[in-house]
Amino acid sequence: MKPKNNHSIARSFLAHFLLILLAFMCLFFFYILIVNSSRSHAELQKGFSALPSGSFAKNFSAVANDGTFPMLNGIVNSIIVSGLCAAICTYFSALTAYGLYVYDFKLKKIAFTMIMAILVMPTQVTALGFLRLITNMGMYDSLLPLILPSVASPAVFYFMYSYLKSNLPISLVEAARIDGSGEFKTFNRIVIPIMKPAIAVQAIFTFVGAWNNYFVPALIIQSKNKMTVPILVATLRGADYMSFDMGKVYMMITVAIVPIIVVYLFLSKFIIAGVTLGGVKE
Amino acid sequence: MNKKRGISRAKWGYIFILPFFLTYFIFSLIPLLDTIRYSFYEYYRSGLKIIGPNFVGFDNYASVMGTDFFTYLGNTFVLWIIGFIPQIAIALLLAAWFTDARLKIHGEQFFKVVIYLPNLIMASAFAMLFFTIFSTSGPANSILMNLGITSAPIDFMGTPTGTRILVGTMNFLMWFGNTTIMLMAAIMGISPDIFEAASIDGCTPTQTFFNITLPLIRPILSYTLITSLIGGLQMFDVPQILTNGQGNPNRTSYTLIMWLNNLLRAPDYGRAGALSVYLFIVSGILCFFVYKMMNDEDAYQKKSKKKGKR
Amino acid sequence: MKKKVFCILMAMTMTTSALTGCGSKASTASATGSNTAATEANGDSAASADLSSYVSSGDEGKVINIYCWNDEFRTRVEAVYDKVDHTSEDGTITYLTDGTEIHWTVNPNQDGVYQKKLDEALMNQANAATDDKIDMFLSETDYVVKYTDAETDIAIPLTALGIDPATDLADQYDFTKTVASDASGVQRGSTWQACPCLFAYRRDIAKDAFGTDDPDEIHAKVADWATMKASGEELKAKGYFTLASYADTFRAYGNSIANPWVESGSSEINVDPQIMNWINDSKEWLDAGLLDKNVKGQWTDDWNKSQGSASKVFGFLLPAWGIDFVLKPNWDGADGEWAVTDGPQAFNWGGSFVHGCSGTDNPEHVKDIILAVTANKDNLLKITKDYLDFTNTKSGMAEIAKDDSFGAEFLGGENPFKYFQPAAESITMTTLSPYDQGCVELIQSSFSDYFQGQVDFDTAKANFERAIKERYPEITAVNWPE
Repeated sequence: MKPKNNHSIARSFLAHFLLILLAFMCLFFFYILIVNSSRSHAELQKGFSALPSGSFAKNFSAVANDGTFPMLNGIVNSIIVSGLCAAICTYFSALTAYGLYVYDFKLKKIAFTMIMAILVMPTQVTALGFLRLITNMGMYDSLLPLILPSVASPAVFYFMYSYLKSNLPISLVEAARIDGSGEFKTFNRIVIPIMKPAIAVQAIFTFVGAWNNYFVPALIIQSKNKMTVPILVATLRGADYMSFDMGKVYMMITVAIVPIIVVYLFLSKFIIAGVTLGGVKE
Repeated sequence: MNKKRGISRAKWGYIFILPFFLTYFIFSLIPLLDTIRYSFYEYYRSGLKIIGPNFVGFDNYASVMGTDFFTYLGNTFVLWIIGFIPQIAIALLLAAWFTDARLKIHGEQFFKVVIYLPNLIMASAFAMLFFTIFSTSGPANSILMNLGITSAPIDFMGTPTGTRILVGTMNFLMWFGNTTIMLMAAIMGISPDIFEAASIDGCTPTQTFFNITLPLIRPILSYTLITSLIGGLQMFDVPQILTNGQGNPNRTSYTLIMWLNNLLRAPDYGRAGALSVYLFIVSGILCFFVYKMMNDEDAYQKKSKKKGKR
Repeated sequence: MKKKVFCILMAMTMTTSALTGCGSKASTASATGSNTAATEANGDSAASADLSSYVSSGDEGKVINIYCWNDEFRTRVEAVYDKVDHTSEDGTITYLTDGTEIHWTVNPNQDGVYQKKLDEALMNQANAATDDKIDMFLSETDYVVKYTDAETDIAIPLTALGIDPATDLADQYDFTKTVASDASGVQRGSTWQACPCLFAYRRDIAKDAFGTDDPDEIHAKVADWATMKASGEELKAKGYFTLASYADTFRAYGNSIANPWVESGSSEINVDPQIMNWINDSKEWLDAGLLDKNVKGQWTDDWNKSQGSASKVFGFLLPAWGIDFVLKPNWDGADGEWAVTDGPQAFNWGGSFVHGCSGTDNPEHVKDIILAVTANKDNLLKITKDYLDFTNTKSGMAEIAKDDSFGAEFLGGENPFKYFQPAAESITMTTLSPYDQGCVELIQSSFSDYFQGQVDFDTAKANFERAIKERYPEITAVNWPE
């Protein structure tokens, strides 16, 4: 019994050591970011310092009062797009996964293979045609084309499908049917709650993905008031005269990531709880 | 019994998957066909003048393949693998630790929250921070010099290896938390009874991990592998910003999508189209293998599940 | 509604016909050389360039849309355009006293974002509502040719707006007029600045290395490249770098090439012997330790830092805007620690051109603004005094150069125009091509590896060829000298 105990102490030590190291690496960047966003350009010029300085408010007001880069507006746009994307994407992916898992129909195999084929297609491949299509549909420079395509997210679908496979016994669905529950009702009332952990995980992933998406919005969005956060940050970073106020650039990035961190910290409880819930269940 | 259910409710299957496929046809398939169509044309913009579209057959394909397709494919793969190996290894380890009831980790909640944080920053902003930190006059060098590890600043981004390792490290940091959460969800989906049984049978944590956990989470593992592979093939923001779009030194960090991006920017729709089609084929081939692997695993998993039930 | 569409269609067809008329004359005019072409153009454009073919509606519109990449032009307009009432707090709209509004659309220059957005808007110009049409836009020397091209006919010839370059712009520097003209010499844009470069250096380093910070004596140390290299050894002995990076000398060589990168009508790039000189000299200088190996280009963090007080870099080759706009914000020491003198070679770097955009509904305002900001001597002198721009007025600059009471605090009271003005007189620029921007960017990034010892010379050449063909699909070959 004794050697085993020693072994587990060593394991625990190793685990803590590695975790602290990783946590340090993760937080280090945020620390640098915050320190840098509190320093003026001249201070940044002098080189790196581990301590924050006093220009936080100045940099913040520089960001907040800049009409060329409407940050607040951008954050609102990003919240709308990311929120809707996360909701639509997880719901429809779960729906599709359920449809393919529970029902048998002629085209089932083909449909599944097709989704797997789409899964492997890099987004950028269709960017060209996508832009032309959106222009022809009159949706150029609007937020809709950023949201609607998330109905078809093969990766999320595949995750949901895998999850269903290991967590939803068909017998449960059949039991519901015997109780006279309609197909949609079964899905919404019984299947969705079972899938909560998967939905929570994928919701935050989709939200983050949409929040940080740069490629597509950069193609579609033209006007300033419809820009999402990453485009704003990219344009700001690219503005030649901005390289003479790096404090403002860092502040801009800080402002851009604060909302998503808040959302994440708020949701992370649910996610971790959700994940645990998924384990305890059954 | 299966068949009976299938016949009576087939229409619901179609209804449930309809929105997905409708959206897919409109927003992905049409653009894809459009892209393929233009890959056969000479079609680009010179200044403000549009040249083409003129049908040129497979010229674009020849021109894309004729240059450095395989070099850039190799670059992309190397950059991906540098990040992916530590990513999956650490994620598996962490997921096992976090789900191990016998291992008490202090501040577990805190660590769970923190490891995902880097994924929240935009890749471009993250790359920018990295660029600042590892520039020759940046904090990384001043720390190293203060510690006396090196006397002259190290030019991290001046050598192919340095740049590649930086890109790999960034990808690792950004994605290991995401993978950990995914694997944790998978492990927690396994019935606790199995672990209990294993524990009663006297399995060591290592044995439990390799003989029970790993086989049971294979679907999610292969999912991680596929999505990461696709993500790797799509690698763009990080090397783009770290190397200013040129993949220097000597184009060793130049990825396929950076190339595509440069073609789209020109804009040279013809060659961009041809490159897109090649990308599509490459990702198809890669995933075919992974998919094959996964199917075998499915069979394996079913077997082991049956065993468990018995 | 229908009427409007009809008008636009009419305007478009007329534009096309005007354009073909211009095109045929173009070839004869271009043969006579570009310096005289500007004056020649007035003669024939009076006949062919008609304003009605460039404007979208009869009445002067209420919104002037201006595309630019920073607030530089806006501040100049605010400073000198007499109709400006005020600008909104966030800097996006400037209200004029006559009720017209200027809407500023700002997109950053870097990564081609500005041009991409501008091009998209230009392609949509015919379909846009009149108040959404671009009325004016700015361009930089690196890509001005793309927009002044006679065939695409985007930038309105100044004569069509009612500006006669021969008389209204007589006081401008000739090379700025040449740059803003199309291949046949029709001037299609105008600028308020000329950008001769000087050598700006640190006084403290000068004293330490040479025992003096007097501009004339320092000039003797950097009079030409060979002398500068010899002085560089003295600086090196004291632990200083002569210049920050090889990118800092590029414009000196690159803007004095004898032939354009691409001859018009050709699809082959000709690398000028001057560029090869730059490559050889840069390698030599870097290997000799006269440049800071850690600074790999301009506009980077390291470059910014090399202009700070902790840096060991002696000086920079900068135009007037570079001193006010780059050096000053990057300098963290006291004013008066920098000085300027003539560098080893006179050359031009940068310059923002103002164009009226085909399809505008505000031709009167466009004309007013161009005249106010780029042609009025008093206004230009005001800009010089407010912003230290080297403005586009020959007589005005000559006056300021002689004015001993004029001094820049940042330069310790020195009057930089004493050196700028003669430098500007000796600049000639005739060799622009639409491919300049890509060539300039890519040759620097491709050869950076060579300088740093990462690749050999031939690999660097091959990398340049690859990159340039990616950027410009129509390029078929790259010819190297020798």
